[in-house]
Amino acid sequence: MIHSLFLINASGDIFLEKHWKSVVSRSVCDYFFEAQERASEPENVPPVIPTPHHYLISVLRHRIYFVAVIQSEVPPLFVIEFLHRVVDTFQDYFGVCTEAAIKDNVVVVYELLEEMLDNGFPLATESNILKELIKPPTILRTMVNTITGSTNVGEQLPTGQLSVVPWRRTGVKYTNNEAYFDVVEEIDAIIDKSGSTITAEIQGVIDACVKLTGMPDLTLSFMNPRLLDDVSFHPCVRFKRWEAERILSFIPPDGNFRLLSYHVSSQNLVAIPVYVKHNITFREGSSQGRFDLTLGPKQTMGKAVEAVLVSSQLPRGVLNANLNASQGTYTFDPVTKMLTWDVGKINPQKLPSLKGSMNLQAGASKPDENPTINIQLKIQQMAISGLKVNRLDMYGEKYKPFKGIKYMTKAGKFQVRT
Amino acid sequence: MNRWEISISVTHPHVCAELSLHFKILLLILFGKAPRSCNPENLFGLAVLSKHPLNPPPPPPRLLYKRLVWEPLNEKRCAYFQAFSLSLSLRHDDLKEMLDSNKDSLKLEAMKRIVAMIARGKNASDLFPAVVKNVACKNIEVKKLVYVYLVRYAEEQQDLALLSISTFQRGLKDPNQLIRASALRVLSSIRVTIIVPIMMLAIKEAASDMSPYVRKTAAHAIPKLYSLDPEQKDQLIEVIEKLLADKTTLVAGSVVMAFEEVCPERIDLIHKNYRKLCNLLIDVEEWGQVVIINMLTRYARTQFLNPNMNESLLEEGSDKTFYGSDEDEDEEEEEKEKKAEAPMAKRKPYVMDPDHRLLLRNTKPLLQSRNAAVVMAVAQLYFHLAPKVEVGVIAKALVRLLRSHSEVQYVVLQNVATMSIKRRGMFEPYLKSFYIRSTDPTQIKVLKLEVLTNLANETNISTILREFQTYIKSMDKDFVAATIQAIGRCATNIGEVRDTCLNGLVQLLSNRDELVVAESVVVIKKLLQMQPEKHSDIIKHMAKLTDNIQVPMARASILWLIGEYCEHVPKIAPDVLRKMAKSFTNEEDIVKLQIINLAAKLYLTNSKQTKLLTQYVLNLAKYDQNYDIRDRARFIRQLIVPTEKSGALSKYAKKLFLALKPAPVLESPFKDRDHFQLGSLSHLLNAKAGGYQELPDWPEAAPDPSVRNVEVPEWTKCSSREKRKEKRVEKPFYSDSEGESGPTESADSGSLNGLCRLVLCEQSSEEEERKHQRKSDQQKSDSESESDEESDSESSQSESDDSDSEDPVCNNRKHKCIDSCFKHSCVYSLVLCLQNISPCSALKSYELLHRIRGEGLSVEYCFSRQPFSPDGNMVAVQMQFTNNATSEAKNLHMEDVKLQSGMRVKEFPEIELLPAGETATAVMGIDFCDSTQAANFQLCTHTRKFFVSIQPPVGELMRPVFLTENEFKKEQGQLMGMNEITEKLTLDAKCRNEHTIVQRVTTAANLSRVPCGSDKEFAGRTVTSGSLVLATVATKEGGAAQLTVNCEKMVIGTMLVKDVLLALTQ
Repeated sequence: MIHSLFLINASGDIFLEKHWKSVVSRSVCDYFFEAQERASEPENVPPVIPTPHHYLISVLRHRIYFVAVIQSEVPPLFVIEFLHRVVDTFQDYFGVCTEAAIKDNVVVVYELLEEMLDNGFPLATESNILKELIKPPTILRTMVNTITGSTNVGEQLPTGQLSVVPWRRTGVKYTNNEAYFDVVEEIDAIIDKSGSTITAEIQGVIDACVKLTGMPDLTLSFMNPRLLDDVSFHPCVRFKRWEAERILSFIPPDGNFRLLSYHVSSQNLVAIPVYVKHNITFREGSSQGRFDLTLGPKQTMGKAVEAVLVSSQLPRGVLNANLNASQGTYTFDPVTKMLTWDVGKINPQKLPSLKGSMNLQAGASKPDENPTINIQLKIQQMAISGLKVNRLDMYGEKYKPFKGIKYMTKAGKFQVRT
Repeated sequence: MNRWEISISVTHPHVCAELSLHFKILLLILFGKAPRSCNPENLFGLAVLSKHPLNPPPPPPRLLYKRLVWEPLNEKRCAYFQAFSLSLSLRHDDLKEMLDSNKDSLKLEAMKRIVAMIARGKNASDLFPAVVKNVACKNIEVKKLVYVYLVRYAEEQQDLALLSISTFQRGLKDPNQLIRASALRVLSSIRVTIIVPIMMLAIKEAASDMSPYVRKTAAHAIPKLYSLDPEQKDQLIEVIEKLLADKTTLVAGSVVMAFEEVCPERIDLIHKNYRKLCNLLIDVEEWGQVVIINMLTRYARTQFLNPNMNESLLEEGSDKTFYGSDEDEDEEEEEKEKKAEAPMAKRKPYVMDPDHRLLLRNTKPLLQSRNAAVVMAVAQLYFHLAPKVEVGVIAKALVRLLRSHSEVQYVVLQNVATMSIKRRGMFEPYLKSFYIRSTDPTQIKVLKLEVLTNLANETNISTILREFQTYIKSMDKDFVAATIQAIGRCATNIGEVRDTCLNGLVQLLSNRDELVVAESVVVIKKLLQMQPEKHSDIIKHMAKLTDNIQVPMARASILWLIGEYCEHVPKIAPDVLRKMAKSFTNEEDIVKLQIINLAAKLYLTNSKQTKLLTQYVLNLAKYDQNYDIRDRARFIRQLIVPTEKSGALSKYAKKLFLALKPAPVLESPFKDRDHFQLGSLSHLLNAKAGGYQELPDWPEAAPDPSVRNVEVPEWTKCSSREKRKEKRVEKPFYSDSEGESGPTESADSGSLNGLCRLVLCEQSSEEEERKHQRKSDQQKSDSESESDEESDSESSQSESDDSDSEDPVCNNRKHKCIDSCFKHSCVYSLVLCLQNISPCSALKSYELLHRIRGEGLSVEYCFSRQPFSPDGNMVAVQMQFTNNATSEAKNLHMEDVKLQSGMRVKEFPEIELLPAGETATAVMGIDFCDSTQAANFQLCTHTRKFFVSIQPPVGELMRPVFLTENEFKKEQGQLMGMNEITEKLTLDAKCRNEHTIVQRVTTAANLSRVPCGSDKEFAGRTVTSGSLVLATVATKEGGAAQLTVNCEKMVIGTMLVKDVLLALTQ
C-alpha cells in the first residue's frame, strides 16, 4: 500500500524519507514541487497527484507536507487518515510536530514509522501500544540514557497488541487516580449582512484525560442524550450499549484521547452568542474607506464571552488601516491584508468597537468585494447545546477516582458576511 | 565578480563517477561548455550543500536540474563544506570502529547516526558488513536499528544479507510469540530472491502457529513474498485460504489485505468465510475494516441481485420531471434492454438474500467510526449495494466528515459530488453544510460548489442562487469563475430561473474584473443558445464588449454568438467583423478561428457588405503561422466563394453554416464517475489506477447462495492437533456471541432451539474466554509450561468434540446444544429455562458484573418471568455466576442493599463455593414498586465486594393475565383519556407478519396475548399494584401500524409504549 514517505518543509527541502518496500527515488517529489508551484496557497496543493509510475498523496500539517508514495489502487482516505494519525503520534511523542522536533528525534521517528507500517499496511497505530514499544523521549530520560547507556526502546514486549482491548496497556499504575472529561462545543455559523443566521450548527467533542490504575470500566451517562444527533466514537466505546441505553460504556485508553465527537441535531435552534454591527464601506473615487465594527453579547446565558478574536481579510486594494480600538489591540498586515483584532473579554456595559478609516491605493477603483469577518471566542463552563453529563461511574477497580467534567463553548468556523 | 556555487549534494565518493557526468551536463547547460577537468576531488572542493542527492539510479536530468537552487556561498559555508568533504570518508571509519567495539552504548550511538543518515536520504551502504555483524546483538534497540538498516540495504547487498538469515531462522523457533513474529517480519522484508524458499517455508509454518499475532504477521508476509517472486502465487493462495478460515479478528484484516494483493480474482475463496467476516467486522482493527469492506462490496456485487431492480421498473412508467436528469434516462434504457433480455427474471418479486442483509446490517454501526476511511468505506458499500430507501443513512456520516482536515474534505466532497448526481434527495437536507466559507481552500470551494449545483432543484434554487450571489463577490477569482459556471449549469437545468440567471450574468458583464466578465460571456453564450430570439439586446450588449475584453475564450464566444445570430444584429455584425479584421494578426488562435467563422457566416447572409472584409480576413489567414488556421481558411474559401472548381458542396454552404445547432448540455464533470468504485483512488482521479479491481455489474440471476453455508463446523473433522489449535476462537470484544451461527438460523427458529442456543452460547463463549485468559497467562510464563497446559486444554476440548462428531449433520447444532449443556453441569439452568416456555421466546440476559471488573467472576442476570414463590409482589431475577478465574470463589452473597423507598429485596441464598471454571445459578426477588428505579447492592465474595445494580426494563414489571376479548374491550373502555396512549409507527421490514409482531411484543414486555382477538391484543398486570396493562397493535397496509397502551399508571404506560415501539421498529 504505502510505498514510501517523504517529509517536506515549507521551503521545499526533503528532510526525511522512509521506505517500506524497495526504495523510491526522491526525484518522484519533483511532481509534488511542480504542483506546489502551481498552487497559489500552500493548502491548495491537491492531496492526490498522479505521476507516471506512482501516486502522491499528501497532507499538510504544521507547515510540513507529509507525502506518501503509492504504487497501486488504495482508498485515498485510507492513506490520508493514516498520515494524520502519524502526525498525531508525533505530536503526542514530542509535544509539537515541527521540523526541528522531528530532526532532533529522528531515530525515534524512524522507529515509530517502522512499527506503524509493515510492508505499507498499518500495523500498530494505537498510541498506547506504541508507547509500550518505544518510550517517548523526555528530558530526564534522555539524560539518564546518555549517562547509563540504556535505551528508550521498551525492554518488555508489548502485550497490548494481543489483547482484546488493544488501546489500553496493561499494568497501569497511578498514585492519584483521576479522570477528566472536557465537553467542548464549537459553533459553526454563517451570519449574513443583515445579521440573520444563514446556517448554524453545533459540533462537539468529549476529550478525556484518564489516569486510572488497572482495568477500570467506565460508564458515562447524559441528562439529555437525545441532543446528540450524529456521533462517532473511539473504538473503546461499546456500541450496542449506546444503541440500547444511550450510555457510554468503555474501558478507557490510558492518557489523553477523544472519547466521542458529536453533532447536535439541527432541529434545535442554535444560540448565537455574539452579534456584530458593522459598517465597512468604500466610496467611489476617494482613496478612503470607512471601517466600523462593534461587538456585543447576544445569547450567552449569563456567561462571559472571553478570548474574542476578530480577523478579516481586507480587499487587496487596501494599503493601510488607521483604526481605533476601544478595547484590546489590532494589527494589520499590509502584505497579506489580514486585519486581526484581539478583543479579549466582552463587557456588556461597554461594548468593544473598532473604528477608523482605511487607505486605498490611489487611483484604484473601489473594491467590489466586501470582507468577511471571522470570529473566535470562548465561553467557559457552558455547553451551548445544553448537553449535561449526568454521572460517571467506575467499575472493576476498588479505589475512588477523582472525577472532573469541564464544559466549554468555542466558535468554530464562525463567519459574518458584510 | 561574484562567485556562484552550484547546489548539489554528494553523498559518497562512489557516486562521483555518476556525478561527474551529471556535473558536466550541468555546466554545459550553464556556461555552454564543459569544464576542462571534472574529477571527483575537484568537485568536493567546489560543491556544496545537500538539496537533492544524486542517488543511483540517477533521476532524469530534466527534473533534477529544475530544482537546483542558486545562491552565493558565504565563506563560512565554504569552510564547512570543505571540512565536510574531508571528513566524509573518515567519519565512516569512525562509525565502523564504533560498531566493532564491545560497548553497546557505542554501537547504539553508531546505529543512531547511521539511521539518521538513512532518514536524510544519505547513502550508508558501504557500512553493510559492519552493521550486519550486529544483527544478533543483545541490546534490543541496537537490534531494531540493525533491522531497519538491513531491510533498507539488503536488496543492494544480497550476498552479505544472507549472513543474517540464520539469526532470523533461529528467531522463528523462539518460544516467545512476539519474537517469532518480529523475526518473520524482518525475514520477509529482506528483498533477496535467494531466500524465497526459506520465506515460503517460514510463512507456511507461521500460518499454522498457535499465536494469532504470528499468524497475522504471516498474512503480512504473503504480499511481500508475492512481490518478490510472483511465481509462488499458487502456494501462497493455499496459505491465504487457510488463513481466511481463521476466526480471530487480529488476522482477518491482514489476510484480506493479502488476498486483495495476491489473488483478488479468487472470489470463491470468500464464500465459506463470508458470514464469519461479516460478523467479525466490528471487532477488526480499523485499517482491516476498510480493506474487508471494500472487498465485500465487490463480493456482494457478484453474488447478490440488484436490490433496486424492481424499483427502477416501477419508476419507468412515471412521468419525468422537466429537467429530468439524464442518468435516469440511461438507467431506464438499460432497464429496457435488460427487460428484453430476461423478461422472466424481471417479473419475480425481489427478495433480498439474508446474507446481503447481514452485510448491510453489520456494516452500518461502522458509520460511527472515528476513522474517516472506515466511514467512507461503509458509505460506498451502501451506495453500491443497498436498496435506494436505505442509502440515505450514509449522508449524515459523510457530512460529519466535512468537519475534518481539508484533505479528508477534499476526498469526501469528490465522492459526495458523484453520489449527489444519482441520489440527490439524500443530501438535500444537508444543503447548508455545503455552504462555502471564505476561509476554505479554493479546491474545497470548487467541490462544494459542484455539490450545491448538483443539489439544486426548483424548491431550493432561490436559496442557492442567493448564496451564489455572495460568492461572486469573493476575492478568490478562480472560485468566482467556478461560481459563474455553476450558475450557468443551474440555469440550464432549471428552466424557471433561466431568465433570472441570465439577467444576473449580464449584470456581471459590467464587472471590473476581466476574468469575471470573460467567464460570464462564456456562460451567457451557452445560455443564449437555448433561446436566442428573445435576447437580441444581450447580444448587442456583448458585441460592444469586444472592444474591452481581452480574454481569448470570451472574445471567441462573443464572435461565435454574433456570427450565429447575425440576423438578430444585422447592423452591428459587419462592424464587429471590420474591427476584428483590423486586429486579426494580434489575436489568439481560437479567436482567429472564430473571426474566420464569423466572416464566413456574414458572407453567406450579407455578402454585399462583407464580401471584401471576408476576402481580406481569409487572405490574412492564408499566411498565418498556425496550420489549423491556414487549413480552415482554405476550406472555407472553397466552400463559400463560388468558383468554377467548387463542387456540389458550396450549394449547401448556407445549410452547413447556419444550421440550427443543438443547445449545449452543461453537465457535471462527476457524471458517470460512479462506474468506478466510490472512495477508490481511481474514482478520485477518474482514471483507472494500477491494481484497480472493477466493480462488477449485478448478476442477472443470483448464484447459488448455499455456497456460503458452513454445514459442519470444521473443527469436528480436524484430525491433526495442529489444525485444531488454530480454530479456537478468541472471544471478540463486541460482536454477538450468537453471530457465529449465521443468519439462516436466527430468531425465528423454534423457541426450544433458541433457548438452548442461548445457554450454549453463553456457555461456550465463557469457555473460550477462560481459555483465552489461561492462554494469556501462559504467554507470560515459560515455553515449557505453555506447551504443557496447551495440551491439557486441548485434550479436554477434544473429548467434547468427539461426542459431537457422531451426530448426524442435519440437526447437529441442536444436539450439540443439549449435549454440551448437560456436559457442563448447567442442567439446572436448562430445566429452569424449559419450565419457562411462555409465549415469549428467548430471555434477554443482562450483564451484572463483567469478568474484567469482577476479576474473573462474571455475573449475568435475566428476568425469568416466573412467579417468585416467596413473595408474589416480587419480580424474579435469575442470576448466573461464572467463575473465569483460576482460583475458586467462596461465599457469594449480597450485602448493603440500597433501595428507593418502598422497594424490597429477597436475597438469593449464599453460594458457598464456586470452583474455577464452574457456573452456578441463583434466583432473587425484587419488588420494584412498579418503577424502573434500580436496585443497588454489593455482591461479595470471600475476598472482594462489587457494587452492582439491577435496573428492570418496564416490560418486566408486569405479569401476564388471561382476558377474553370481551373482557379486554370492557377494561379498555374504562381506561380511556389520560390513561390511553396511542402512537403511530412504521413496522420494521422484517416484522410485518403476525407471528413476529406477537413475538416482539412479548419479548419486550411480559404480557400475554388475548386469544382469538381480531387485532393483536395483549394484557398483563403490574407486579406490585396489580394495575391492568393493555396493549393493542393494529396493523394497516404497507407496514403502518398503531400501538395503543391503556394503563392506569401513566408513567408505566408511556415507558411501555416507548419500549414496544422500539421493539417493533428496529
